[in-house]
Amino acid sequence: MNELFEPEIVAFVCTYCTYAGADLAGTSRLKYAPNVRIIRLPCTGRISPMFILKALQKGADGVLVSGCHPGDCHFTHGNYHARRRWMVFRALLEFMGIPSERVKFSWISAAEGGKFADLMNSVTEDIRKLGPFDQYKELIRETETPATF
Amino acid sequence: MAKIGVFICHCGENIGAKIDCNKLAATVGEHPGVAVSVEYKYFCSDPGQESVKKAIRDNNLTGVVVAACSPRMHEATFRKACAEAGLNPYMCEIANIREQCSWVHTDVDMATQKAADITRSMVEKVKRNNKLQPIEVPVTRRALVIGGGIAGIQAALDIANAGQEVVLVEREPSLGGHMAQLSETFPTLDCSQCIMTPRMVEAAQHPKIRLLTYAEIVHVDGYIGNFKVKVKMKARYVDMDSCTGCGDCITKCPQKKIESEFDCSIGMRTAIYTPFAQSVPNKPVIDKANCTYFKNGKCKICMRSCQINAINFDMQDEFIDLEVGAIVVATGFQVQNNAVYGEYGYGKYPDVITGLQFERLASASGPTSGKILRPSDGKEPETIVFIQCAGSRDPSKGVRYCSKICCMYTAKHAMLYAHKVHDGKSHVFYMDIRAAGKGYDEFTRRAIEEDEASYVRGRVSKVWQKMNKLMVRGVDTLLGKPVVIAADMVVLATAMVSQPDAKEFAKTIGIGYDEYGFFNEAHLKLRPVESSTAGIFLAGACQSPKDIPDSVAQASASASKVLALFSKQKLEREPVVASNNESTCAGCWGCVLACPYNAIEKKDILDRSGKVIKRVASVNPGLCQGCGTCVTFCRSNSLDLAGFTEKQIFAEVMGL
Repeated sequence: MNELFEPEIVAFVCTYCTYAGADLAGTSRLKYAPNVRIIRLPCTGRISPMFILKALQKGADGVLVSGCHPGDCHFTHGNYHARRRWMVFRALLEFMGIPSERVKFSWISAAEGGKFADLMNSVTEDIRKLGPFDQYKELIRETETPATF
Repeated sequence: MAKIGVFICHCGENIGAKIDCNKLAATVGEHPGVAVSVEYKYFCSDPGQESVKKAIRDNNLTGVVVAACSPRMHEATFRKACAEAGLNPYMCEIANIREQCSWVHTDVDMATQKAADITRSMVEKVKRNNKLQPIEVPVTRRALVIGGGIAGIQAALDIANAGQEVVLVEREPSLGGHMAQLSETFPTLDCSQCIMTPRMVEAAQHPKIRLLTYAEIVHVDGYIGNFKVKVKMKARYVDMDSCTGCGDCITKCPQKKIESEFDCSIGMRTAIYTPFAQSVPNKPVIDKANCTYFKNGKCKICMRSCQINAINFDMQDEFIDLEVGAIVVATGFQVQNNAVYGEYGYGKYPDVITGLQFERLASASGPTSGKILRPSDGKEPETIVFIQCAGSRDPSKGVRYCSKICCMYTAKHAMLYAHKVHDGKSHVFYMDIRAAGKGYDEFTRRAIEEDEASYVRGRVSKVWQKMNKLMVRGVDTLLGKPVVIAADMVVLATAMVSQPDAKEFAKTIGIGYDEYGFFNEAHLKLRPVESSTAGIFLAGACQSPKDIPDSVAQASASASKVLALFSKQKLEREPVVASNNESTCAGCWGCVLACPYNAIEKKDILDRSGKVIKRVASVNPGLCQGCGTCVTFCRSNSLDLAGFTEKQIFAEVMGL
């Protein structure tokens, strides 16, 4: 069954590095899995953990966050903020019972079209192995069910 | 009620062949709020743009989504079209279904589904777009050129000759850079200093150029048109105004055995010195690390020898604040440290030298007055082996690129050697001869055919000393045989690498760099002289290895970009900036910490009697670059980023 499963993945990327890297993969005509939907932001520093939660709530099976390599941020250090936020957020995810493997973090520069294509394939494969993400939906159902004690 | 127009471009076959545009238009057309959903072969064409404008007017559209190529390609085109049809240009969004969909996927159904998701997501975003106005900022008509090599000098002169002010900053005591070190230049073999020094003098004497030598950039703030720069003037210990450059101090200095940086350590200099005889300005500096007085507290011979009391040991570093509208970065390159090739014995055998050291030997102003002599015993070498790609194109040493100039300068070295030592024999080990350029291939052929350099295609595996000779073992891959050559001197065609502090420097001024430390251009092909930061331009070998003609061409191109910038009264920039809701701001100042641009200030809210009732954050739209880090940081959700608001992004997620 898992072989037929096509995961839905949302990627939050910065416009200067990873978005440009994705464009480069396109202009280089590399082929990769079509499961990832990209949302473009000015900088990874703009990516709020709430966006990630929203994507999972909406039904995404996985989320990817990708930006400039450390030291390369167009806005000098937005990606460091993103990284620090991610370190904290990951613990929160685990605490909430959301497997942190469903949220990936990576650095892809504007020059790394090939790496972008590889990442799309590997993320899709990884999330496919994890199967559909039902836990969040169950969580919502549970929290919305009135307590019975 | 939103009325969104969706325009799906086929881009000829580029999108049309992989995405069922007809189906896409129908699917998206059913999405709530979509008033028009049409497809066309080329929306970027004139008739395509006209049809977008007509649709806006006819349907009174409130927003436009163009599903086409990357926004990096045609966002500006379609925003302009929208503006011409009376729609606020920021009510237009691009759904990237070419670079990120049709070009990268093979399955038509999957690709069409993805394209529909992307387009719907953008429709949801554009419904929540705000009508923004571009921000106008004034322009300071003064340029800063960093680096006084040939690229920096050329850029400074071009800008200054157009009547604009220039501040030229050089960190060494003199202008000149690497070009001043060269003996002759390929492919014309004209003397480098003869063409370089007049330009140095011209730059120094130009009424529109303010020259700051022995100075370094400490800090850069601000943005295009309005940079604030702090420059450190390193203490020279010599008063620039009164010093006449007579050189008495230099002849008297007791420290005479300091390796000269300019002569690449094969010549010596004093502790009070000018880098070379034609230095501009021709005024010495004291090298504090090697000065007897600074080391032992006693000496001051130079001070006594100076008849006009220009030497001052109490001088301190000074800091100058500059306001400039544009910056040209021309910080140049360094040669790789060949000690990474242990097998070639650089650093171990004195007669194994770098190409730049050979330049100094061959230069009439060099330590040997232009005679090719062995550093070890001062004898004229009878045989020289040149090893090309000593560093370049060698991933194991971290340099995967071609340094571009080495094939040419090695051919030049072989020629200079043949001209100076008539019965000398030169052997050149090469991987490929890369002589692309005007007159370049003819030049290398001349080295081989007229000056009888023997070119051996292959690599050198080892250099060792045997008696008085350097034995060079390599392989001739064309003959398929190993060769051993007994040489008197070995010259390594050293790789061009970025300045050792290039990455630090890039961070200081806020531009990007690649894995090697060369600065990144905004677009390799279409914007090759602009950095990724608006208002900062690149010239010369700081961007990638370049020869002199390329450096000069790029410098002039940068200068023309600067002049185009200065031709405007006001600049318009994207209104993607943060703003704060002062009524909910709690004044925690998290945003102040997060902002990389110091664009957030503390603002007092006063009551009618002038009493401070609250302090809140306030974003300076002139300084804000729109990264949005503060927005994510904001605990009370008071900050938001125009163009990428919380509402817009949540809507995008929900639209997928």
